[in-house]
Amino acid sequence: MGRKVAVVGTGQTYHRSHRPDVTSREMIREAVTSALADADLKIKDIDAVVIGNMDHFESINYVDTYSIEGSGAFMKPIMKVSTGGTTGATVAIAAYYHAASGLFDRVLAVGFEKNSESDTTGAIITCSDPIWDRFSYSGAIPSLATEATAYMEQYGATQEDAALVGERDRNHALNNPYAHLQRPLTVKDIMASPMLAYPIKLGDICPRSDGACAMILAADGIAQKTASRPAWFKAVSVRHTYTWFGDSTDYNKGLVSMQQASQEAYARAGIRSPVDELDVAELYLPYTWAGLKWIEDLGLCGRGEAARFVGDKNTHMGGKLPINPSGGVISTNCIGATAMLRVAEAAIQVMGKGGKRQVPEAKNALATGFGGCFWTDVVILSSERP
Amino acid sequence: MSADNQKPERLEATFAFPMLYEWSIGLYGSRFFQEIMNNKRFIGIKCPGCGKIYVPPRRVCGPCFKELTELVPLSDTGVLTAFSVVNYPFIDPNTGSRRPIPYTYGYIQLDGADNIFSHIINETDLSRIKVGMKVRAVFKDRAEMKGNIEDIKYFELIR
Repeated sequence: MGRKVAVVGTGQTYHRSHRPDVTSREMIREAVTSALADADLKIKDIDAVVIGNMDHFESINYVDTYSIEGSGAFMKPIMKVSTGGTTGATVAIAAYYHAASGLFDRVLAVGFEKNSESDTTGAIITCSDPIWDRFSYSGAIPSLATEATAYMEQYGATQEDAALVGERDRNHALNNPYAHLQRPLTVKDIMASPMLAYPIKLGDICPRSDGACAMILAADGIAQKTASRPAWFKAVSVRHTYTWFGDSTDYNKGLVSMQQASQEAYARAGIRSPVDELDVAELYLPYTWAGLKWIEDLGLCGRGEAARFVGDKNTHMGGKLPINPSGGVISTNCIGATAMLRVAEAAIQVMGKGGKRQVPEAKNALATGFGGCFWTDVVILSSERP
Repeated sequence: MSADNQKPERLEATFAFPMLYEWSIGLYGSRFFQEIMNNKRFIGIKCPGCGKIYVPPRRVCGPCFKELTELVPLSDTGVLTAFSVVNYPFIDPNTGSRRPIPYTYGYIQLDGADNIFSHIINETDLSRIKVGMKVRAVFKDRAEMKGNIEDIKYFELIR
């Protein structure tokens, strides 16, 4: 059994569609200095660094060493972790492993992306298998759209049901000064937006953002001295299965990676009824239907019940289980940082640093990462030392 | 000299040379395309552990971690389990030019196979396509085939 570990500081950039004023390294440094300030630590206090972004998106290799000036990892142990859309959460989990191992007391985790410096759709297409999948694949939107058509057929959910998820998240973003898109969007706006890939419209899908996120993790004994209210890791789980779409998309079963990862994490955290025992959930929902189908896969409501559960405002701020107080991925999407922003937001909520978007008395928070070929990462943080 | 750069001029550099790659798809992957060229039929492969029939065929079943050897013929028909009509312009990294839109991206459960096969469907009219419909593969003429995924022209809906 490893050491107990907590998040003691988080930092992020003010996310934008284009940051021509900084290089990726300089952008990373903004998030790292902000996380260090949040934890009241200096870079010399950091024992190891884990960093990640999307492989090759900005045509940059060796991101661990490329980014040294920004991460402050000069002559420190540093490791790159890159797992597609899940990257940010996987980096956070790898940093947790580092600290839990007993080898490092304070570990810095960094995720970043400058989507403005990549052809995001072209880059995502090259993530698919060149022989079998690339010819028909056209980026993240249509593969998510297939999931939506299957879900609508199975449960009769409508495009308006999904659009409410977008309206909710974009409204939540108005309370988050770091969010990229800070203009409210209504169900009506989303329904009227251009159709990109049926049934996904412009208002249903996440933007492309430039931004970075950093987190500082500390081991038991040090965490309590560093933060007045650290966010303890209660459980983590990783399910990255296949790289062929045809192997990972059994829509009769649902999103299997998310079902398995969440069940494993709940069991490790001793959670039996997640909707009752969790206080807030910050989920990687890159498109609106995910806010329906995936909360069923996470066991937050029954199969086919999500449209009503969300429609009854159970997941809005002030509801039974608020989802995405930050505004979520639909408001901000700097891909290599996106999943880490979910874990960071869960930490912010547990640490009570959410400001206008704080969920009152948030003790237990769920964060997810999603990516690649329908993969899932799950992190559960708590104000209670496990 | 000041470090201030109040009115930055945007300078651009474009890299325009192709990068060449070569990929191996294994014996069974090659056999899959040979069967299409020679017999216009699909083949899958059966796992001796879990009994699952995979398409395209591969040498190992991930969950069982067993070697697969039993090739099985599959039907050219199947069920459309999900689809999307792609309607936004983008540069296809395979060609360097815009891929023609709209087109329909579909997940097909081939009859006799246990996993899904992705390809395109020759129907973009949303009022005429539905999850659960039967589909059939339409192949290119033998003379036009090149031993790749585009030897299957598309899947058509069986009405």
